[in-house]
Amino acid sequence: MRILHAGIVATVLAAALTSAAYADSTRLLNVSYDPTRELYKGINTAFAADWKAKTGQTITIDMSHGGSGKQSRAIIDGLDADVATLALAYDIDVIAQKAKLISAGWQKRLPENSSPYTSTIVFLVRKGNPWKVKDWSDLVKKNIQVITPNPKTSGGARWAYLAAWAWAEHRPGGNAEKAKQFVADLYRRVPVLDTGARGSTTTFVQRGIGDVLLSWENEAYLALDELGPDKFEIVYPSASILAEPPVTIIDKNVDRHGTRKLAEAYVKFLYTRKAQEIEAKNYYRPRDPQVAKAFAKKFPALKLYTVDKEFGGWQKAQQVHFADGGVFDQIYKPGR
Amino acid sequence: MAAIPSTAFRWREPGVLPGFGLSLGFTVFYLSAIVLIPLAALLIRPWELGWVGFWEAVTAPRVLASLKLSFGGAAIAALVNAVFGLIVAWALVRYRFPFKRLVDALVDLPFALPTAVAGIALSTLYAPNGWLGAPLAAWGLKVAYTPLGVVVALVFIGLPFVVRTLQPVISELGAEAEEAAATLGASRAQTLIRVVFPALAPALLTGTALAFARAVGEYGSVIFIAGNLPMVSEIAPLLIVIKLEQFDYAGAAAIGVVMLAASFLIILALNLVQSLLATRR
Amino acid sequence: MRKPTEDGPIVRGVCVALTIGFVVLFLVMPLLTVFSQALDKGVEAALDALTNPDSLSAIWLTLIVAAIAVPLNLLFGVSAAWAIAKHDFRGKSLLVSLVDLPFSVSPVIAGLIYVLIFGMQGWLGPWLREHDVQIIFALPGLVLATIFVTFPFVARELIPLMTDQGRDEEEAAISLGASGLQTFFRVTLPNIKWGLLYGVLLCNARAMGEFGAVSVVSGHIRGQTNTMPLHVEVLYNDYQFVGAFAVASLLALLAIVTLVLKSLLEWRFADEIAAAHRH
Repeated sequence: MRILHAGIVATVLAAALTSAAYADSTRLLNVSYDPTRELYKGINTAFAADWKAKTGQTITIDMSHGGSGKQSRAIIDGLDADVATLALAYDIDVIAQKAKLISAGWQKRLPENSSPYTSTIVFLVRKGNPWKVKDWSDLVKKNIQVITPNPKTSGGARWAYLAAWAWAEHRPGGNAEKAKQFVADLYRRVPVLDTGARGSTTTFVQRGIGDVLLSWENEAYLALDELGPDKFEIVYPSASILAEPPVTIIDKNVDRHGTRKLAEAYVKFLYTRKAQEIEAKNYYRPRDPQVAKAFAKKFPALKLYTVDKEFGGWQKAQQVHFADGGVFDQIYKPGR
Repeated sequence: MAAIPSTAFRWREPGVLPGFGLSLGFTVFYLSAIVLIPLAALLIRPWELGWVGFWEAVTAPRVLASLKLSFGGAAIAALVNAVFGLIVAWALVRYRFPFKRLVDALVDLPFALPTAVAGIALSTLYAPNGWLGAPLAAWGLKVAYTPLGVVVALVFIGLPFVVRTLQPVISELGAEAEEAAATLGASRAQTLIRVVFPALAPALLTGTALAFARAVGEYGSVIFIAGNLPMVSEIAPLLIVIKLEQFDYAGAAAIGVVMLAASFLIILALNLVQSLLATRR
Repeated sequence: MRKPTEDGPIVRGVCVALTIGFVVLFLVMPLLTVFSQALDKGVEAALDALTNPDSLSAIWLTLIVAAIAVPLNLLFGVSAAWAIAKHDFRGKSLLVSLVDLPFSVSPVIAGLIYVLIFGMQGWLGPWLREHDVQIIFALPGLVLATIFVTFPFVARELIPLMTDQGRDEEEAAISLGASGLQTFFRVTLPNIKWGLLYGVLLCNARAMGEFGAVSVVSGHIRGQTNTMPLHVEVLYNDYQFVGAFAVASLLALLAIVTLVLKSLLEWRFADEIAAAHRH
């Protein structure tokens, strides 16, 4: 009887194991960062239709969303991603370094630093802008509360941190020391530090905590659309950062799955006119000049600093600011 | 049945019932495969940092703060549960009141309700715009997204442990000892303090320790309500997750080892108390 | 005049008021919140959220995980209780402590240990990848993490119960010529069936509701590796609050059903279960 039991158990386990280890060339797993949930819903439908029209094949695209750093770690630990679409280049660099699933030169394989769209960091404030927030300098007013996620785990938060730093360094009389002071003052006004961009938006919008949300541009517009244009407004600071969320196929995984062709078509599709329009509609700044022109009204022009110029690239920025014992750890003294 | 020669198990007292080898073998195998070997993987991991590295990893201010919150919050929650759990258990056994059966059944809710559901429910309830959060905020008391919120979640998680450990002991207590004390001229208060409380103390201790042990490691219900601010409202299990997300496997494992050691000590202490309790009976 | 062993009406009133107040504040209100938020936009919206493919697959996955984890822990619980309660050997109390251990290990650690072993950076990850076996970020990882957190539930119920019942009946059966299996199924099982059911009930509730441990090993692939509690978090982060609370309501209903069954069991078989709880 027990032997029978053991047999049943073994069969069930075996079935579970084999079913999990399937290799299906019509199935892609896109592991993405937090705010792209709505974007890829649209993109995936369009791509599946496009692929079906071209090849007659019906495909399925699975999605996993989470903080950019967390997703990168999951891929390194063995999450079987065919495509990674993360918030910043460093998180894909580590996949190349630690797990060797892609080659170091991955960012050169696709146009525009492998970023099919760009975005930036803006402020979301409550209707009527009661704190009269106009620019970064207003974020260190006495008793104001700023909501932003944890730069250690969230990609958007790292962009926001760098945007604040770059602005402070470039203002008249600014330098690195003053920038550090400004960022320290800013984080002293943060009452809740969520692990991902979406968590912060929920805290600010749904829970009613804080006066300003440092947010992805796309995330701010989405919050307006989903949760109440009558309750919030978006403020563009005088300058911000050019955020370039990159995409890549994960070579070792696609070769094992036999999905290379499909995965390559998928990331290239992100640059097509059709995809660029979907991106623009979801408030991501398109690269395609014509699409950009058509949606120009949606995306106000502002001074945008780049990570490469201001911080010497993501590798360096990560080491200096966000690694253990880096500037963020030094300045972080929570509010109150 | 597998007939294993009894000489192979000399440390075993002879008995007539069969199946010892098979059942113990399976038990030890399953325990090793699911619990012991994986935990060993955890224990081995942080030492790649060396003893100094390990010590630095677990004494970093942010780690210490999170451990303090996890253990401190769990201790406060356990104390709250000790007081209210005692009252609830006493009322449920000794008194009759409307909805008693419902209240009795509800006490087990935290066992049965998934922690994530408890988490979003509590944070919705205690947020500044929630049913309870709004009136509390009007009094200037913030619960959600503060260390207080952590305690609220941990109280929720731990309540049944105290109540369920005390209930059978209170009902077994019987009225004889109390009657005797009363006949000998003790006041009701004296009886409660001198006779009833000492009889309940071991069970109260056990229940409180169980609630504490459960609360120290709690994750699901806490992260939604805590605010997760480093140094203030970040619990140790969350820091493990964050370290993991920063590729700091050894650091994550180091915090894990500290928490594991604490868990094991609590369990050992508990078993000690229980054996004391058994000998006293 | 009241008996000297009775508490005064004031003490009584305060105790009952505190009890009801505490239970309402900490237990009833959160439960009501879940249902009221789920029905915020009407019953239909809640039902829609429950029947979309991702929700259905999360429900299905949760059922599968529980259907594998619970029987395994049942088998383990019976086996451990048989060895511990019906035999004497050295190291018994250590074994009992070890069986209890997962109970006080943080769920996050429960997930972490499997990442450390089966992850690509862990002991077995690279070998498993070569042989195309996926453990974490797939069903086996979810099952393992669930087994870990629900590990002691059945054993904890059965060990004290079977110890209490002693060995006389089984020994009599054996001496009358019954085989070990016959003895177990004809003598032991009827004696422990309600305690067993009780343990399985609690084990199942926890298995279906576990969040922390499975969150670490899930990979959060929609429609693939999201169990119900994880799906609640996903929906919550998708601004689909009604959906999140609708799935949460389903889990809360499960909890209520568990409580009702549990109360029925306790009411019907109070003595047997009380035996297990005296320890």
